[in-house]
Amino acid sequence: MSVITQTSPAAAQAAAPEKPWRRPSYWPFVVPALVVVLAIIIFPWLFTIWMSLNEWKVGAPTTFVGFSNYLRLPNDPRFIEAVGHTLVYTALSVLLPLLFGTFAAVVFHQKFAGRGFLRGVFIMPMMATPVAIGLVWTMMFHPQLGVLNYLLSLIGLPPQLWVFHPATVIPSLVLVETWQWTPLVMLIVLGGLAAIPTEPYESAQIDGANFWQVFRFITLPLIMPFLFIAGMIRMIDAVKSFDIIFAITQGGPGSASETINLYLYSVAFAYYDIGYGSAIAVIFFLLIVALAAVMLYFRQRMLWTETGSDA
Amino acid sequence: MNLRSLLGRIGLWFAVLVIVSPAILFFLWMASLSLKFEIDNAAYPPVFIPEHFAWKNYADVLASNRFLTYFINSLIVTGSATALALLTGVPAGYGIARMAAHKSAIVILIARITPGLSYLIPLFLLFQWLGLLGTLVPQIIIHLVVTVPIVIWIMIGYFETTPMELEEAALIDGATRWQVFRHVALPIAKPGIAVAFILAVIFSWNNFVFGIVLAGRETRTLPVAVYNMISFDQLSWGPLAAAALIVTFPVLLLTVLAQRQIVAGLTAGAVKGG
Repeated sequence: MSVITQTSPAAAQAAAPEKPWRRPSYWPFVVPALVVVLAIIIFPWLFTIWMSLNEWKVGAPTTFVGFSNYLRLPNDPRFIEAVGHTLVYTALSVLLPLLFGTFAAVVFHQKFAGRGFLRGVFIMPMMATPVAIGLVWTMMFHPQLGVLNYLLSLIGLPPQLWVFHPATVIPSLVLVETWQWTPLVMLIVLGGLAAIPTEPYESAQIDGANFWQVFRFITLPLIMPFLFIAGMIRMIDAVKSFDIIFAITQGGPGSASETINLYLYSVAFAYYDIGYGSAIAVIFFLLIVALAAVMLYFRQRMLWTETGSDA
Repeated sequence: MNLRSLLGRIGLWFAVLVIVSPAILFFLWMASLSLKFEIDNAAYPPVFIPEHFAWKNYADVLASNRFLTYFINSLIVTGSATALALLTGVPAGYGIARMAAHKSAIVILIARITPGLSYLIPLFLLFQWLGLLGTLVPQIIIHLVVTVPIVIWIMIGYFETTPMELEEAALIDGATRWQVFRHVALPIAKPGIAVAFILAVIFSWNNFVFGIVLAGRETRTLPVAVYNMISFDQLSWGPLAAAALIVTFPVLLLTVLAQRQIVAGLTAGAVKGG
């Protein structure tokens, strides 16, 4: 039976050449979504570019001004400062989750009782409502009543001002971001670990390699592609991070934790400077694309040096 | 069991403990805050398990007259945005997978990279111009920015793995492509649809940035309502923490119950929109 039903399309065509059959068009399936995507993704993008070329304030007539909104950017100290905050915040929020996430993935790759349930618990921070957890972190950061300073006092460390001091606000927010998104890195790397064949490990065991050597010379190179994907996704999300920062500090104290995204919010929806806000949105998007391109470039270069020039 | 492997077991369990305790301790502390009276929440050193539980914090939040409104708003926005995304996104994922139109995924990628605020500026003006502000419609539409790309992305991946032989046989037998989609492709794709549904619900429910701009006093969703509690109505920690826990509880429950689907969906690369 199974032999008869398993005819390839080519064989079927050869058997019935007098009745040519063509695959139907699948366009009608895509049209509704295409309309939605045009309306909520393509149209906003085109409109944003148009607005960025205009002097456009809510409640005032608009005038075409060419690129002058873009020319304002390099002379806007608050924007320059926001770019700096964004880059520091992003770099830390990529590296720390990658580090902890890889460690967590190696642990979750082992077999132990209750692994499934604990994995569910472990990913709860990234699924929880960001505003809700931001609220609780704010309470935990409280210099007098917060539980974090109490925990510090238990190990003999002096109390900190956390998000209430310009010098510590970004590291404190990165702490929340790391707590929240390490699970995503873990899941991606865990997928990578599951795909590794067992042979290299068996031969390493025979050769008497220790745990660290096995990790450094077998596991790490094999999960590199997954680490790269995780790093890329992490970068895109960290650059855009909004909910946590807005809920905890609103960019403060002063503007010490104001990233591009928060500044964009202020310009567009507190000052209603739509034209300038649109220019920031365009440059912001290009910055994310540029960061992704830089990461891809280094990845390519790493592949080249690993495999030699003939790759 | 020899000593070496026993030490290995202990080390493993210690590592597991270190990894999961930040999540466990955080949510336990959140529950603790929500169940304490002001005097316990202001105590130093902090009280972890109070002598008297302040169930009243929850009663207060649930009884406040607007909370029910906001809850219903959240249900309507998330429900509609998810339903619309499934209605359009599932067929689209099918069409794209069958046409092997992989380049179309670039739009999804752009949507994934674009900061949510970039959509807000033009759509805010559009809604204002259409006179829709003050209703839930703008929020439903803009939540599609989150839900539609997730659904399309997951469904492309899923339909690419389902076998085509059955569909082709049905087509050759004279079935229309709609009949094939409805009776052959869809039943097989149910697990994929479940993954898309769960992730769309969670990311729409959690969304905050669209609401702070588009929601008025009557049209707030729960995350926006909680944020507004911090700044205006409520200064004591107990009710605030209770409200935060109520808002995020459905999502946490879903995470634990549908853990397998969530992991499958997130590792498929479709993570978070907006």
